[in-house]
Amino acid sequence: MIPEAFEYFAPSSIQEAISLARRYGGDAKFLSGGHSLLPMMKLRLAAPKYIIDLAGIGELTQISEEGDSLKIGALVTHKAIETSDEIQSRCRLLAEAAFEIGDPQVRSCGTIGGSVAHADPAADYPAALLALDAEVRIEGPSGGRSVRASDFFVDLFTTALQQGELLVAIHVPVLAHNVGTAYKKLRQQASGFALVSAAAVVAKDEGGKCTHIAVGISGVGPKAFRASKVEESLLGKTLTEKNITNASHHVTASVDVQNDIHASAEYRSAMADLFAKNAIWVAANRAE
Amino acid sequence: MAQKYLGQAIKRTEDPKLVSGLGHFVDDIKLPDLHNVCFVRSIHAHARIRGVDTSLAAALPGVVKVFTGEDCRGIGSIPCASSLQGLKVPHHPVLARNKVRYVGEPIVAVVADSLYRARDAAEAVSVDYEPLPAVVDPEQAAAPNSTFVHEEFSDNVAYVWSLVGGDVDQAFKDADRVIKQRMIHQRLVPAAMEPRGVIARFLPGEKELTLWSSTQIPHLMRTQVAIMLGLFENRVRVIAPEVGGGFGSKLNVYGEEALLGFISMQLQKPVKWIETRRENFTATIQGRGQVGDVEIAVKSDGRVLGIRYTVLADLGAYLQLLTPAIPTLTGLMLTGAYRIPNVRMDVTGVFTNKVATDAYRGAGRPEATYIIERAMDLAALEFDLDPVDVRRVNLVSKREFPYATATGLSYDSGNYEAPLKKALKISQYPRWRRHQVKERKKGRYVGVGVSTYVEICALGPSPAMPAGGWESATVRIEPTGKITILTGVSPHGQGQETSFAQIAADMLGVALEDVLVLHGDTGVVQYGIGTFGSRATAVGGTAVYGAIQKILKKGMLLAAHLLGVSRREVQFRDGKFFLKNDPTKSISLQDLALASYTARKLPPDFEPGLAAIYFYEPTNFTFPFGTHVCVVEVARETGTIKILQYVAVDDCGTIVNPLLVEGQIHGGVVQALGQAFMEEAVYDEIGQLITGEFTDYAIPRAGDVPWMQLDRTETPSPVNPLGIKGVGEAGTIGATPALVNAVVDALRPFGVRHVDMPLRPEKIWKLMQKETS
Repeated sequence: MIPEAFEYFAPSSIQEAISLARRYGGDAKFLSGGHSLLPMMKLRLAAPKYIIDLAGIGELTQISEEGDSLKIGALVTHKAIETSDEIQSRCRLLAEAAFEIGDPQVRSCGTIGGSVAHADPAADYPAALLALDAEVRIEGPSGGRSVRASDFFVDLFTTALQQGELLVAIHVPVLAHNVGTAYKKLRQQASGFALVSAAAVVAKDEGGKCTHIAVGISGVGPKAFRASKVEESLLGKTLTEKNITNASHHVTASVDVQNDIHASAEYRSAMADLFAKNAIWVAANRAE
Repeated sequence: MAQKYLGQAIKRTEDPKLVSGLGHFVDDIKLPDLHNVCFVRSIHAHARIRGVDTSLAAALPGVVKVFTGEDCRGIGSIPCASSLQGLKVPHHPVLARNKVRYVGEPIVAVVADSLYRARDAAEAVSVDYEPLPAVVDPEQAAAPNSTFVHEEFSDNVAYVWSLVGGDVDQAFKDADRVIKQRMIHQRLVPAAMEPRGVIARFLPGEKELTLWSSTQIPHLMRTQVAIMLGLFENRVRVIAPEVGGGFGSKLNVYGEEALLGFISMQLQKPVKWIETRRENFTATIQGRGQVGDVEIAVKSDGRVLGIRYTVLADLGAYLQLLTPAIPTLTGLMLTGAYRIPNVRMDVTGVFTNKVATDAYRGAGRPEATYIIERAMDLAALEFDLDPVDVRRVNLVSKREFPYATATGLSYDSGNYEAPLKKALKISQYPRWRRHQVKERKKGRYVGVGVSTYVEICALGPSPAMPAGGWESATVRIEPTGKITILTGVSPHGQGQETSFAQIAADMLGVALEDVLVLHGDTGVVQYGIGTFGSRATAVGGTAVYGAIQKILKKGMLLAAHLLGVSRREVQFRDGKFFLKNDPTKSISLQDLALASYTARKLPPDFEPGLAAIYFYEPTNFTFPFGTHVCVVEVARETGTIKILQYVAVDDCGTIVNPLLVEGQIHGGVVQALGQAFMEEAVYDEIGQLITGEFTDYAIPRAGDVPWMQLDRTETPSPVNPLGIKGVGEAGTIGATPALVNAVVDALRPFGVRHVDMPLRPEKIWKLMQKETS
């Protein structure tokens, strides 16, 4: 549990952080809450020569409203997301997902930017961000860009971030009052990460017919994904329990489902169906 | 004796310093010029070492020296204290030479002036391995065509041990039904909150080696380290500072202790090693590891006539201090709380390419209790009887104590029906049974599990122990009247600084604050055995009692002399010696103590001072017992288990401090829950530990722990004057089968009669994927 030596920088602005990253290239790593990077360094699974600690960049810790979305700075902690009135009232799904992360100590230190950039396939945010159609705001040596969540998560621990780029904020939509959401998770007993988790965003018309549905799934495959088949088969339909159950099958059909000591692919697939169904059902009931 | 403190729920006096971060654990000890040791450990379960290149490492900045197995040839073998007949004891070097036999076995020790430099240097060592086939599965290990873990032996069988009582074959002939079941007791990681750690300091002038070690047995360690290093035992001092949990994993002498002592002597510098969590998982002993076949001979009324248990014990690659002895404890307790006159257990202990197994909370007894309590439920299922009724038919009755078991033990005292009755009442057992039927009709699966356990504590009479089973205490009344107790036990969470003070304060009529309990330093405390086997209060507390009796006897003589009367005219109560016929004429313990030290007016031939040492040898073990009732609901959709109720009624004899007893039950039940539902050290086919971190090895978190309804009965033990039995392992022993029985009971509609631990959701879910009967 003893990392290799590294040089430490504490920039006070995004620009300074990015220029440090440009100078040190692949040998440098941004440090946010440290809850993924530091354990890997302690186990010597990661050994960056340069650590660029983002803690001193105040603007990364803000939650603010920008048009019809909420901008959440990369350094906002899970705890802040879980307890923020703004997020709870305008994007409850994200607060629910944050509440499911680790334990209180982890949530007090870990950050949304760190977690999302790390892209652990069993992390909680990816499912929620996919279901929310969130955008990831990136700054880099050649300027800024925004990437949709569905394009951001590329593969196992792999994102659209390029060398030297910094994830600075996540934009999630302010949800209309009639939209219902839910996050349901089955924990891996040891790590607390998701064996399976499902995030659902649902809207329906006055007749109870589904006018919008988005379902994100974490924990099952090499990256979080949208359960598009389920979405397609429910869109335009009445959200009865029967219809939801019938639609929530083969959620993992086109996914390379993980098989390990914590769960077989068979169990994970069955749980993906079940948790998708449960999330949609709860979201449908919350939708007005 | 006054009862001001005894039996009272007094908060642990240990806690203020611990909860405010002021305690001193090994890693908190600061010494000038302290150097750090890091290990290079085997990445293979079984391999020949073709060569070790330390040249790069030795040249790195800050590196003082790099030690290999060759450098340590002079250090003796890591000891095994068990002396079973025919036991094969392989040489167990502190650093591997030629061959490694488990992942995590130390090969090289690097010493540097900082922890980071030591770790960097360890990474720079290169070991040339020639991997060999690994022996992982104990059944494979026992097969004749298996690879040998130790080439010097002709097979992997370390020993074969049998225990026979009564006429088992006849019992099986007389049975209406014979029930068989394979049961697996998976390997568990003890996972103490504080990993192991050692600081060694050799003082060349004094020729004294001091070891600070996170251990449960400082004196036994001193003796063994002195032997391993060829030192005079009285020149070795072992100090166990605060110890953050042991659960048996620190009831051992590991290679690191002697090795660090050796390094300190070689370099004439103090050196420190603190185990990392990864090392703790791979290189500290694991618990359990039995694969056994149980057979019981049952009459149709549920009476069990006999039990057979044939078991393979997965010993691991080497024998640690008590490795081979643990399964024999299973044999002794195999008949549980029941009148089962015929018993046979056959153990085959096998070497495997894994870290050694050894004592882990319960140490062989949880296995026994699990077997017999599962067997009781299997018998109930076979004849469609209520599991409680089957137990009642078989329980040893109150009138039969002391009860001689078929396994050769004498159960000291008991009233097994009492906690059973209480637990059934608290849990409203019949109501749950009715509820269960109703719920099943709704497609909800509720199960009720009962365990009426008995366990063996207060280890133990010396003839039954490998290295003495007595315990020692010195009690000193200091000149100012303050009381100092030096105990040979080595508490590391059990709270004897509080409970022994309670005993002494009541016996001597002083305030609790006046009593100081010292332990865990061989330079301060007389020889002792240590803390394990739920022995510290029952055996160590009795030693305190004995020493105080001696002091009071001596005090009477001096008091009589000072009061000018004969010994017979003096009495002692509430801290005062006084005349029987005139209590106004008295002398306080404090004044008497001062008089004994100033020694101006002593009786003839009276030794000055007021202190006594007492070595207490118990005449028997003690046998606590109780009933645990667990109610669960199992979700068919996910296989997850929800505990609806947990009731534990335990009888651990006379209780010194109910708060400590409850804490032990709570912790014990939680560790049982870990084994029953979550924990398993999983090795792959090449002997790599897959569950080598807490990210993969699940132990219960606060949120997994049910509310426990605790109650008790108190049946004093006749073995010791205080009537104490012990409670450190009761929860782990009693709870595991109650938890598993409850889940198996819930799964009954699916035709399930047994499930091996851990009962993880997927396993349960699979069993529920068929139609109910």
